[in-house]
Amino acid sequence: MHLLKDDSASVGMSSKAPVARAGSQEFSVDVAPSMDHLDQLEAQSIYIFREAFARLKKIALLWSLGKDSNVMIWLARKAFFGKMPFPALHVDTGKKFPEMYRFRDHYGKEWDLDLRVEPCPPIDAVDPTLPPAARSAARKTEGLKMALGKYGFDGLIAGIRRDEEATRAKERVFSPRGLEGNWDVRDQPPEFWDHFNASPPQGAHLRIHPILHWTEADIWAYTKRENIPIIPLYLSQNGKRYRSLGDQDITNPVNSAASNIDEILIELEQTKIPERAGRALDHETEDAFERLRVAGYL
Amino acid sequence: MNMIVTPTSPATPNGTTRPQVRIVIVGHVDHGKSTLVGRLLHETGSLPDGKLDMLKAVSARRGMPFEWSFLLDALQTERDQGITIDTTQIRFRTNSRDIVLIDAPGHAEFLRNMITGASQADGAVLIIDALEGVRDQTRRHGYLLHLLGVKQVAVVVNKMDRVDFSADRFKAISDEISAHLNGLGVKPTAVIPISARDGDGVAEHTDRIGWYKGPTVVEALDRLEPARPLEALALRLPVQAIYKFDDRRIVAGRIESGSLKAGDEIVIMPAGKIARIKTVESWPVTPVTGRQGAGRSVGITLDRELFIERGDIVAHASTAPRETRRLRARIFWLHDKPLARGDQLLVRCGPKESRATVVAIEKAVDPGELSSSENKAIGRNHVGEIDISLSNSIATDPYTENPRTGRLVIEISGRIAGGGLVLSVDAGQRAVPVDIVPVESALRPDERSARYQHNGAVVWLTGLPASGKSTLAKALERRLFSNGGSPILLDGDTLRAGLNSDLGFSAADRSENIRRLAEVATHLARNGHIAIVAAVSPAREDRATARRIADTVFREIHVATPAEVCEERDPKGHYKKARAGALASFTGIGNDYEAPQAAELVIDTSTRTVTEAADEIEQMLKTTGVLFDEAVDLAANI
Repeated sequence: MHLLKDDSASVGMSSKAPVARAGSQEFSVDVAPSMDHLDQLEAQSIYIFREAFARLKKIALLWSLGKDSNVMIWLARKAFFGKMPFPALHVDTGKKFPEMYRFRDHYGKEWDLDLRVEPCPPIDAVDPTLPPAARSAARKTEGLKMALGKYGFDGLIAGIRRDEEATRAKERVFSPRGLEGNWDVRDQPPEFWDHFNASPPQGAHLRIHPILHWTEADIWAYTKRENIPIIPLYLSQNGKRYRSLGDQDITNPVNSAASNIDEILIELEQTKIPERAGRALDHETEDAFERLRVAGYL
Repeated sequence: MNMIVTPTSPATPNGTTRPQVRIVIVGHVDHGKSTLVGRLLHETGSLPDGKLDMLKAVSARRGMPFEWSFLLDALQTERDQGITIDTTQIRFRTNSRDIVLIDAPGHAEFLRNMITGASQADGAVLIIDALEGVRDQTRRHGYLLHLLGVKQVAVVVNKMDRVDFSADRFKAISDEISAHLNGLGVKPTAVIPISARDGDGVAEHTDRIGWYKGPTVVEALDRLEPARPLEALALRLPVQAIYKFDDRRIVAGRIESGSLKAGDEIVIMPAGKIARIKTVESWPVTPVTGRQGAGRSVGITLDRELFIERGDIVAHASTAPRETRRLRARIFWLHDKPLARGDQLLVRCGPKESRATVVAIEKAVDPGELSSSENKAIGRNHVGEIDISLSNSIATDPYTENPRTGRLVIEISGRIAGGGLVLSVDAGQRAVPVDIVPVESALRPDERSARYQHNGAVVWLTGLPASGKSTLAKALERRLFSNGGSPILLDGDTLRAGLNSDLGFSAADRSENIRRLAEVATHLARNGHIAIVAAVSPAREDRATARRIADTVFREIHVATPAEVCEERDPKGHYKKARAGALASFTGIGNDYEAPQAAELVIDTSTRTVTEAADEIEQMLKTTGVLFDEAVDLAANI
């Protein structure tokens, strides 16, 4: 496991490539090795990354610093043979955990990312009719819109997954957004056979979801296999760990004794608690999350 | 939604040892898809803690009885409308499978979402209401499963409780749907009587369906096989991009079928250039040795510098795909505007895109109808076979040879509007040289009509020799031109002097003469002009051909001047010669002119002046939408 505990701990840690999996590519006989589940997920994600890069003019990857977007960056480096050829955009609420900022600063450099940090507007600038946590999250949407205006991206790569939340299950891989960044869930274009709608109207943008088809367990299994660094908040300390990392004030840890990825995977086998249970904003009202997503939230 | 767990399943920490199968549930609206999904999740112990209670509470708050389907219809908008709008994916486990369940909407309005869902599936469950039986959407979904290449289909007959678990009713439905699916080449893996609401037949056999001996739904799902990569087929590596991030020039793409390794001799199609694979690149470990099989996203370098572009296909030289500019495809159509002959499109075969023109449409039907009536255009949510002419040559395979590369999607205005299977790459009955590919105009039709104040049309003047066709044609031409329009005269005799100089007056030659006139006139009309054709065109069948070619822009005018008047006029002296026996095959003296039965306008030039006749034509062109009526236009602008 590759862990960034703090600045000092990260120094001297191996950042070199993980060892190629024995057996998968070492056969000398003239038969292609079969692909396992993670191989298939990886190949599909790489295909999506390459389509996005080929078909859109100016894209960026939304780096939330969490486990999912770290996997995404890893996949992007695989897709483009080492270096991600577009910016990593961190829309910063200013309220993340200190460990997350340390992680960003360290790996932004180590992975040679073109890192753009965009602050969010103050809370007063956000729709006061939203419940508190949703209002807080909506700041991020505003920050995102500002970054879009500033850089003129026509595609944003986001690490959402279908298994996270019912609304996200309805997403397309290439998801067109309106001029205001809004999502029209009732009028999504058809998407099949890995053909994507990649022609946003002038001034609008697309969301691209390269890990939409992954599950939480897939993310952890792949993180382990590829030795991708993680923020230690995901691991149990004093009987609690975070399954999902958001702003400090609206994210809660779950009870857990899982102190490494293997234990997390076993825990996921047994739990019936949703991944985003610790995210206050999902539960304030029945449709709070959907309202946020229609407005452009991730 | 995070739904993974069956306590009885063996611990598989990375979840990778069990085959994962993606299932779509399709069928007519209200036949119980979402209810079945909710029931399946419950029966397999896959519901998250509290979810059921939460949904029951929501139902109570809304004053509605609890419905299993609420589980899936998680969006506010859906609950209000009571129908599933989009596809949702959730997961559960059977004894030996990880199932990814894709729920797809049954409402015809949302067929695009059904297709989006079903296209990702390894197998399908087609659900039928026992009370209602097989409905149009049942048939439509069955047909689409065939078009999407989903071969494993289990049928469930739901709501058996509503028919008192009648074995006879079940058998009648089972026979009907099995016949329909067999007709499409799809053999159902099982037909299962169930009550999704009560649970019969879903995870267990109950006494109420004691007469049924086949598998339950869960057992049927357990027998489905995940899709296998197409490693046994010929190599197809469609090129997504060429990367030059460093000193390597990497050709990147996903192997759709077959396999490759360093050292292989390959051919780049459609250009047909030969090279050898130098390395297979990867990250973080590179290069990789060993064979790379179908499904892998790879990058290769070649032993020589070749011009390669996105959309090319890397293949082995002996088993290369075909290069073509014409193909025939069986497609489904999702766009509001029906797909018609002459429509211009963007076609995508993998990463390759090409502008294209629909050359012909056949077998356009609504797959939901029992007895299909064929149409000229493919309507929304209908299917058909089309011949396509491509402006760039592409490399492709018939889907029977390669299901991955043998399919295409069609885009209209940047949005996916349809898709289907490549049936053959040498479409059309005639041998068509590959270099006759229509080039698209730089102008849009509405740009031209805005300038000319009219739409394109073929005004076809038919009538006896000397009936006044050419005189009327010229008068009309002058009048349209004076009004700022763009008329073009195509006189039968004039064209016979040049374009049609190889044709005589045999029936076959006359037919060909008319066909050519119609083709030229239609081309002009498509480009916004009013083509005025003056031709005797005596054969009704030939004129019918012309109408078929020009289709909706055809306006037929019968210049019905009496034969005696025509013969008396005889400006070219043809009647005289014919009477003298010096002009064979002359129309007018015999009875070989077949008068039109449904012309847009009939004009007898012996009873009106040229100006009056031209007025009548102009009026007809206004009422049939060719000429823009200024008054109407003004009103529209206010």
